[in-house]
Amino acid sequence: MQASIPSIVGQMIVFGIFVWFTMKFVWPPITRAMEERRQKIADGLAAAEKGARALQDASAKSEEALKAARAQAQDILAAASKQAAQLIEQAKVQAQQEAERIVAKAHEDVQREIAHAREDLRKRVGELAVIGAAKILKREIDAKAHADVLNELAARV
Amino acid sequence: MADAGHSPAEYVTHHLKHWASSHDDAFISVEAWHFDTLLVSTVLGLLFLTLFRMAAVRATSGVPGKLQNFVEILVDFVDNAVKDAFHGSRDFLAPLALTIFVWTFLWNCMDLIPVDLPPMIAKHVFGLEYFRAVPSADMSATFALSLSVFALIIIYSVKGKGVGGFAKEFLTHPFGAKLLPANIVLNTVELLAKPISLALRLFGNLYAGELIFILIALLPWWAQLIPGLGWAIFHILVVTLQAFIFMTLTIVYISMAYEHH
Repeated sequence: MQASIPSIVGQMIVFGIFVWFTMKFVWPPITRAMEERRQKIADGLAAAEKGARALQDASAKSEEALKAARAQAQDILAAASKQAAQLIEQAKVQAQQEAERIVAKAHEDVQREIAHAREDLRKRVGELAVIGAAKILKREIDAKAHADVLNELAARV
Repeated sequence: MADAGHSPAEYVTHHLKHWASSHDDAFISVEAWHFDTLLVSTVLGLLFLTLFRMAAVRATSGVPGKLQNFVEILVDFVDNAVKDAFHGSRDFLAPLALTIFVWTFLWNCMDLIPVDLPPMIAKHVFGLEYFRAVPSADMSATFALSLSVFALIIIYSVKGKGVGGFAKEFLTHPFGAKLLPANIVLNTVELLAKPISLALRLFGNLYAGELIFILIALLPWWAQLIPGLGWAIFHILVVTLQAFIFMTLTIVYISMAYEHH
């Protein structure tokens, strides 16, 4: 059991050299690598978080777009059905008008036919009346001389 | 195992003699170089530096290899230990703590080598009569470390508080200026106790460990296995713990010196 001064001094010098070497050539590269890795991991985590947030944003946006599209489809559907109803209504009205027009025309035709027949009849009655009167009087009536009378008669029929 | 023809006392004293430039019985020798301690500790230190330098050269911020992983665990562990106790720049103190921890750990590990093996190799291969393989079981090595730490304590005291601040604290703490002599005595004792306790704690543990191994080696061969194994397993704890304590106390002493009370 002995401590020796020369050994202590020599050992201290060796120790000093070792510490200097560790400080200069061992410690800095290792801690730098560790720090860089720490930074990398932090960056990676941040990027992952950003990606997740972007995904969330995108899904929210798509949801919104889907909702808008759905609403638009609803609108289009409503407009179409409204238009269809309008068309039907319009067609109905048109048909009604057409029908009325046809009926009116038919009515008019009938009226005209009646008038025509009446006119005809009137003419015939005039002639018949002239023939009847001639037969009664047994003489020729001068149609021209008695036109006034005849016309009056015809008008009365 | 004891050589035939030697008494146990001769065997033990033979094992406790250094390979030295000269042999004297003085407790503190002024001329004997302990070559074995210097050689073994330097080789172990170079082993440590080579291994760590290799890891440092190959260090990558990408996926680390196994060596880098191992080294990084140690570096991180030491860095955290220093960070917890010391609040100044760690550029010097952390590498110092790492060197102390790994170096003393390797010293202590030499105690796990069979106690007869290094002297046998030294005798039969290199023709050396005496050889002690455990640097931390030599006070020269432990005091070399603790005196370096002592110097650093003084340097950091001056750095942290200035020469005036250090002197003022030394003269007036803890009893005030009126009890100046008491302060000087107390602070001197406190200051000197640090390197002495630091060196003797490590030395005592490892010297005792080595001595027990030597005593176990004196037993008949069939009786050595159980106590030898038990003591070696227990020593794994001592080896690590003493290296850790030396490092931690170094950090604590220096941070105490650096910061104001």
